[in-house]
Amino acid sequence: MTLQEFFHMGGYAVYVWSSYAIALVVLVANVVAPILQRRKLFVQLARRQRRERRES
Amino acid sequence: MLRFFHQLGSPKHFYRIAGRWIPWLAAACAALMLIGLYQGMVVAPPDYQQGDSYRIMFIHVPSAWMSLFIYIVMAVAGAIGLIWHMKLAEVIAISSAPIGASFTFLALVTGSIWGKPMWGAWWVWDARLTSELILLFLYLGVMALYSAVEDKRTAARATAILAIVGVVNIPIIHYSVEWWNTLHQGPTVTKFGAPSIDLRMLIPLLVMAVAFKLFYATVVLMRARVEVLQRERNAQWVRELVDIS
Repeated sequence: MTLQEFFHMGGYAVYVWSSYAIALVVLVANVVAPILQRRKLFVQLARRQRRERRES
Repeated sequence: MLRFFHQLGSPKHFYRIAGRWIPWLAAACAALMLIGLYQGMVVAPPDYQQGDSYRIMFIHVPSAWMSLFIYIVMAVAGAIGLIWHMKLAEVIAISSAPIGASFTFLALVTGSIWGKPMWGAWWVWDARLTSELILLFLYLGVMALYSAVEDKRTAARATAILAIVGVVNIPIIHYSVEWWNTLHQGPTVTKFGAPSIDLRMLIPLLVMAVAFKLFYATVVLMRARVEVLQRERNAQWVRELVDIS
């Protein structure tokens, strides 16, 4: 099998590769979402703790 | 062993233990996905009827399995949280919802893309597709309900009940291809006796299914850790964690 045949997918390239592209996006989004959430939460909590220290 | 489970009940220990497991689960998931994709996209022969279009199966079928599996995990964890007031079970239940929703979405979309060249239609209102769409709405309902209720423990209880009621949809999805006449093909893997699928196709499919399970395990722990931090934001150990970050 040549590389060209591989990408051609027997004429179904559009269907096969778009499916895999969407799958990749969904998987990456699932990994990135909790990382961003965690970062946001840490920033938020750090700000709160600094404020509390200033007040006390 | 008992001590291990006892420690898991403590948010602080869960946070630490989960953090230690995540890289290993992620590595195992990535390795299996590479093997499964190589076997499925390169080694497996084209289907005698569907040509190469059937290769969508290697993501469509594991996604569809995960959409059901995660729903059951979510409902069982929700029930455990409801009955024994185990906070960690609530956290796992609510962390599962967006992941389950994304796999359901993926199953629907890849199915639609596969349906176009094979059935000639992006979408048909048949039993399998419709019940899977209802599953997506159940996940979205669970997420919406949880974020709508201010007190997170009340929210967890309400969403657990919704999730448990929604379980009736699971056998409907699973048996829909047998109970009704549908365009969707019947089971080829779980059929009793020999599965009616070539081994060179079956093995990558099963490898991908395990990889997807590991993927879920990885990201549900990542989400659960954030949820635990959020719930324990006033605890001393979280304050210390924030200070050193």
